[in-house]
Amino acid sequence: MTGVAGIQSYGAYVPRTRLPLSVIGGGRLKEGGPEKAVAWNDEDSVTMAVTAAVNCLRGLDRGAVDGVMFASTTYAFREKQAAALIAKALDLPRGIRTADFSGSLRAGTAAIRSAIDAVAAGSARNVLVIASDSRMGAPGSGLERNGGDGAVAFLVGDTDAVASLSDAYAVSDEIVDLWRGDGDRFVHSWEDRFVIQEGFTPNMIEAATGVMGKLGLTASDYASICLYAPDARSHAGVARGISAKSDQLQDALFGRLGNTGVAFAPMQLAAALESAKAGDRILVANYGDGAEALSFEVNDSIEKLADRRGVSWNLARRRVVSSYDKYLKARSLDSREWQAGGDPGLSATVHFRERDEDISFCGQKCLQCSAVQFPNQRVCETCFAKDDFEKARLSDRVGKVVTYTFDFFFPTPDPPTVVTVTEIDGARVHLQLVNVAPADTRIGLPVEFEFRRIHEAGGRPNYYWKGTPLPDTDEVD
Amino acid sequence: MSRDGIKDKVAIVGVGCCQFGENWDQSPSDMIVDAAYEAYADAGIDKPQERIDAVFTGALYTQKGPHECSDALKLWKPVTMVSNYCATGTDAFRCGVMSIAAGMYDTVLVVGYDKPKDRGVSGPSVMMNGVRDLPQTPAGWFSLCAATYFAKYGAGREDLAKIAVKNHHNGTLAPKSFLKREITIDDVLNARMISWPFGLYDCAAQTDGAAAVILTRADLARGYRDDPVLVKGVTVQAGPNPQKDPTNDFLSWKPTGWAAEDVYRQVGITDPRAEIGVAQVHDCFSLTELLSYEDLGFCEKGAAKEHIAAGDFEIGGALPVNTDGGLKTFGHPTGATGVRMIYENTLQLQGRAEKRQVAGVESKLALSHNIGGHPTACGIAILGRD
Ligand SMILES: CC(C)(COP(=O)(O)OP(=O)(O)OC[C@H]1O[C@@H](n2cnc3c(N)ncnc32)[C@H](O)[C@@H]1OP(=O)(O)O)[C@@H](O)C(=O)NCCC(=O)NCCS
Repeated sequence: MTGVAGIQSYGAYVPRTRLPLSVIGGGRLKEGGPEKAVAWNDEDSVTMAVTAAVNCLRGLDRGAVDGVMFASTTYAFREKQAAALIAKALDLPRGIRTADFSGSLRAGTAAIRSAIDAVAAGSARNVLVIASDSRMGAPGSGLERNGGDGAVAFLVGDTDAVASLSDAYAVSDEIVDLWRGDGDRFVHSWEDRFVIQEGFTPNMIEAATGVMGKLGLTASDYASICLYAPDARSHAGVARGISAKSDQLQDALFGRLGNTGVAFAPMQLAAALESAKAGDRILVANYGDGAEALSFEVNDSIEKLADRRGVSWNLARRRVVSSYDKYLKARSLDSREWQAGGDPGLSATVHFRERDEDISFCGQKCLQCSAVQFPNQRVCETCFAKDDFEKARLSDRVGKVVTYTFDFFFPTPDPPTVVTVTEIDGARVHLQLVNVAPADTRIGLPVEFEFRRIHEAGGRPNYYWKGTPLPDTDEVD
Repeated sequence: MSRDGIKDKVAIVGVGCCQFGENWDQSPSDMIVDAAYEAYADAGIDKPQERIDAVFTGALYTQKGPHECSDALKLWKPVTMVSNYCATGTDAFRCGVMSIAAGMYDTVLVVGYDKPKDRGVSGPSVMMNGVRDLPQTPAGWFSLCAATYFAKYGAGREDLAKIAVKNHHNGTLAPKSFLKREITIDDVLNARMISWPFGLYDCAAQTDGAAAVILTRADLARGYRDDPVLVKGVTVQAGPNPQKDPTNDFLSWKPTGWAAEDVYRQVGITDPRAEIGVAQVHDCFSLTELLSYEDLGFCEKGAAKEHIAAGDFEIGGALPVNTDGGLKTFGHPTGATGVRMIYENTLQLQGRAEKRQVAGVESKLALSHNIGGHPTACGIAILGRD
């Protein structure tokens, strides 16, 4: 059914690793206290974006996607697009439009709105929008405590939308509140009280009341209200300002996830969709150099959307890091080591030739003997036929461990690294595993695949895939 | 597969080896000169420029081999550099042997060397030429047979530890070895983990080093020494990358079995256990030595742990292996290793191995074996007296 442009599917990603706030600064671990999700040393805004997108597209036809919009304030390059890398990792067709949105915490909602506008205008049909952030708070800062890392992806189209955009309202404002200059590692902020009282709170209230006014609605008409906020206290302030009741407020997940920057308000929207019913209204208000509020209405199609790996699915899967030192190492904040040398990095031409294997994790299938193999090679490993192959995507398959070792010498903040030979549709691939303890590693273990940073060389991250055990519960497909 | 082999056509008339170790104060040229001049003296050659027709050098960490050798030794001759992972030394030797068997040269010098300690890293290098190459260390590659082998044959870390203890003991008997320290089973089991199941003592020691061999036509050999050692067979064998080979069972490394089959056929060996009197086997990691016992036919597949427990591979046992301490304690300068093994086997066959001499070995054959890459390449050389 063709209808109003809106969200067709969603998926999220939260890094498994959780840093208890009690250990920050070297304190002792307190069980059950507040924590935040942190991207580990092989993760960044791009790897998180890819997994969120995989979760969003699960069970859907990737060939139908004709646009990728990526929103983040944290990406390794000033010049070089992330959306193109993500599209390649997802093995999407080449003939699509891609764009990065950046420069403001508002980039996530700006991307969602742009995608919906493009679909409504008929210039795109199925646009994947991904918001992802891994902002670095200086050690000891408020952002370090309140920040978290995560990603969310939405597929935007005009058929079978589970939630349609009713209207939106944006305010643009020039204020020096939060900024990160060229070459700065950490986000700077002007004095908190000024930022909250003159920037955050009035802008958010103006945008939220603006869209409600356009639609003739009040806060009480909404089943859930998703508000960006730097911390729990300022979140409560905006809620009061628009007369939202606590049962309408979408849980902002402070103490469990943390403020995920560009992805924060959009992740709340995904969380709201997880329990939404047809007819519900959802308000999303986001901040950054002004504010923007989006009002959605949930459609009947919500009942038909298969269970997604959304925010709660991801939050249920945790690995607690009990040492602040390991966190500092993983984020390259330990000044005593992990200094990148002056190496030229991997050859760009090698990277270019290996894109299908390294980024898309595609191997080949022999058209003579049907053996699947990885990486691509001219002569078949099994029947020796030459140049007679078709592409075989491995990234969305399930593999099983053939043999393994635990490498304590490979540089990582918390050794050992689990290294395996894994069989995928008959192909054998030498692969690292994540999300598994040595004790749980075994021959025959079924694994799926996640896009990760494999290392950094020449100041550039290099990306590849790793195995992760199949989730035991909440299987989607 | 080789057709006729080169049995008894080529002889070893001189061997030399420098002190292996962290040779901070030695350049590659310094080590090459130490090894080559010892080999000259061993062969009674005092004017090498007149006697050496060609040079075959093997090295892995440098591409400057041909120049480094000719410049260090002032041998302005045909010089060839060979590089074949850990089989580099054996392969350089093979090329020298073939050049003489082909009638191209009368007398050649083979030099294997490497200088990993100039790289500024103590452990192995982590490869940087490709995205997928990075996430492993050699220990990570060679340990991939452990989970599978242990599960199938009920062996464990203790069986591997006995190999390390043996090689540490043998290292104390070899004057030019790097590590000269006895260790216990507990030392091995309690050492820091490198890549499961390999702890520190399951790993070979990476060192600098050089070794040299002088080869000549068998009919000219007695002009140099009256106890020449003959090359009975030599081979190098490539195998599929076990990390992507769809049929690999992770119970053995294919290239070793294939190379053994080829070289045993060349030499006419039907019962390796009885015919071979001493062996230098590539023990880059303890499990590599264990698997090689089986893949070389020293015992049945799966039976290694009983033979280890019985002391069969110790000096004084049925088939002593790594009499000079092996890669484990003598040290592993990759390009030198295969040539160093031939140095040791030559001394053994000539009864010159002093405290580590294997009794009665003169009437038997001596085998040396390298395996390297992922592992994807194996070299074997078999020597004997007439
Ligand atoms: C095992 C290994 C990783 C240890 O490297 P490392 O952790 O950097 O060790 P260091 O060089 O810093 O040495 C630390 C100490 O251990 C000793 N040591 C190093 N390697 C050793 C070994 N293999 N066995 C016993 N002792 C060893 C050193 O002598 C030193 O002792 P000291 O402090 O008393 O002087 C390294 O020896 C190695 O990589 N070996 C395998 C080589 C390889 O991969 N070869 C390719 C096979 S085909």
